[in-house]
Amino acid sequence: MPEETIKSFNVGYLQVLDDEGHADKDLMPELSPGQIKELYELMVLIRAFDDKAFKLQRQGRLGTYLQVKGQEASEVGAAYALKKGDWIFPSGRDVGVLITRGHPMHMLLQYRGGDERGMKAPEGLDNFPITIPVSTHIPICTGAAWASKMRREDVVHMAFFGDGATSRADFHEGLNFAGIFKVPAVFVCENNGYAISLPRARQTAAETLAQKAFAYGFEGIQVDGNDIFAVYSAASRAVAKARKGDGPTLIECVTYRIEGHSTSDDDSRYRTKQEVEEWRKKDPVDRLEKYMKKNKILTDEYKQSVTQKTRDMVEKAVEDYEKVPPPEAADFFANTYAQPTEQLKEQMKEL
Amino acid sequence: MDLPVDKVESTRASGPAAEGKRTRTYREALREALAQAMERDSRVFVAGQGVDDPGAVFGTTKGLAERFGRQRVFDTPIAENGITGIMIGAALAGMRPVLVHMRMDFLPMSMDQIVNHAAKWRFMFGGRVNVPLTIRCIIGRGWGAAAQHSQSLQALFVHIPGLKVVMPSTPYDAKGLLLASIADENPVIFVEHRWLFDQSGYVPEEEYVIPIGKGVIRRKGRDATVVAISHMAYEACKAAESLEKDGIDIEIIDPRSLSPLDDELIFDSVKKTGRLIIADTGWKNCGVGAEIAARVASDALGYLKAPIRRIATADTPTPCSFELEKEFYPSSEDIIFTVKELLNKSPLSPQPYRR
Repeated sequence: MPEETIKSFNVGYLQVLDDEGHADKDLMPELSPGQIKELYELMVLIRAFDDKAFKLQRQGRLGTYLQVKGQEASEVGAAYALKKGDWIFPSGRDVGVLITRGHPMHMLLQYRGGDERGMKAPEGLDNFPITIPVSTHIPICTGAAWASKMRREDVVHMAFFGDGATSRADFHEGLNFAGIFKVPAVFVCENNGYAISLPRARQTAAETLAQKAFAYGFEGIQVDGNDIFAVYSAASRAVAKARKGDGPTLIECVTYRIEGHSTSDDDSRYRTKQEVEEWRKKDPVDRLEKYMKKNKILTDEYKQSVTQKTRDMVEKAVEDYEKVPPPEAADFFANTYAQPTEQLKEQMKEL
Repeated sequence: MDLPVDKVESTRASGPAAEGKRTRTYREALREALAQAMERDSRVFVAGQGVDDPGAVFGTTKGLAERFGRQRVFDTPIAENGITGIMIGAALAGMRPVLVHMRMDFLPMSMDQIVNHAAKWRFMFGGRVNVPLTIRCIIGRGWGAAAQHSQSLQALFVHIPGLKVVMPSTPYDAKGLLLASIADENPVIFVEHRWLFDQSGYVPEEEYVIPIGKGVIRRKGRDATVVAISHMAYEACKAAESLEKDGIDIEIIDPRSLSPLDDELIFDSVKKTGRLIIADTGWKNCGVGAEIAARVASDALGYLKAPIRRIATADTPTPCSFELEKEFYPSSEDIIFTVKELLNKSPLSPQPYRR
């Protein structure tokens, strides 16, 4: 009896915008000029925030910060595909996701300034807090999605994580369950090339991270993570599929972290300047700008006004952040349990 | 969820139920609590390895899958940590999951999700969310259970802020504490003892909750206080019967909940008896007994007439051999020996205790 192929998979790759800002008309997602401007403004805002946060850290006005520069298209494009009421589960670098989802910037600074209250999303925003341990929020996202399915709610859940997360058991266990129970979740992997200093090639022998989804029985797709239209297109398809009850999707956004892993990292120890320069040429904000110029959506005047407006917004956020009074000791007693225990009340008195 | 708090408390952990009262076994009490919680509240569901198979976790989930459907009572892929994360996610999304582990030894595999996530999300989210998750797990000996299938790891979890830990010893408490755990807004580690599953006792049909953090006096006495945890409450009751014949009258306190701990109940008892023994199912080193001893030493030292003693397992892995198990696990004999020893001691007596 001859051997035969009983199953084979194709891993798709999606790019809409090339490095020069030409868009493939057939692949272009449905977006009005107003929406494109909105995406652009978000990306510019996030970059301004990111630059400012880095400076604040260097000035001793902020704690350790993880820069998102270079990954704006991945974060904005995916989060923009969600609607109000959907939930996000961000990882440490995902300030771009949180800003897209309306998390107040001064609160993000507050969080990075060492105040948990900064992660308390204002009522009406379904943003889960940043999870610092790698990949551990993936099963949590799956569980929340499964609960939504049980309750027949129209809610999609999106988790964000890096390439390094795909090596962890939580990734496997979370995606495996998501596949079996066909939960309304979208898993967005921001493959930025490095897990701190470990290059992607040493993370897994698999040629793509997207292909891992097929082992769990659902679709995985790789997209150009510096192409806002490709990310948005894949994400909005995945979100629509999840909303329809057709189960989860894994989206691998191939992108690049332009700065070090964090404000404590020296990336020159593990990668060349030349490599970083090559990726600068694929910059997601520049690429969108080129497209908008070509399509007469962006004028110099508009660009200048966006630069000014976003800078002002960031300055205002810094001002608000530095005005926040420090938390009180009672806070850590109050939030340990839903109701403080007698023992905690005693310990509070001892302070 | 508002359930009546039943005032009836059995004064003894073991023995026949009061005449004419409804009796159920510990396993039936657990099953009844699950069924009633699921019946009343569509947010409650039960997941874990074996919950819908014929064994039904020592019978404690028997019939639930048939009654409530496999969407609400279901087996999971073998992924203890991931499943714990999934249950946390469901709890955050408004469900009230009951996750069941046939052995407490499987909790170390899910330590990250329990310690770093379940216990901390409320705190790290500035108090905006709760994690109303109940994790049922089973401890206790049985021939062959050995080092990796019998561990009493309660002290690990008592140590973690944000978690609650309960260890019911009677059918009455099993039902009342399980309903309380499911109703609680915090993650609760619910520790059951295999040797208790066949014990029967008074269990009211209606729903009721035992407040988490409230202990109970199982037997009133004047000569020494024995704080007895889980199965050790039975051993203490056996010891009390024997000691009574020698004219020694011990007071037995079953804390029921280890975190939070009803230390006032223990202080009051020690103030009366002047002697304290803590009998735990777990290891001695940094065990629950150490915490109770420290609190009494701190708040009621002046009342002690003798040193505090801890009865616990030796600080070694559990042996597999049936013969060695008999040696390894403390019993009523150890309690009798220790009580008698303490009655002849002054607080500063240096004589070492054998276990």
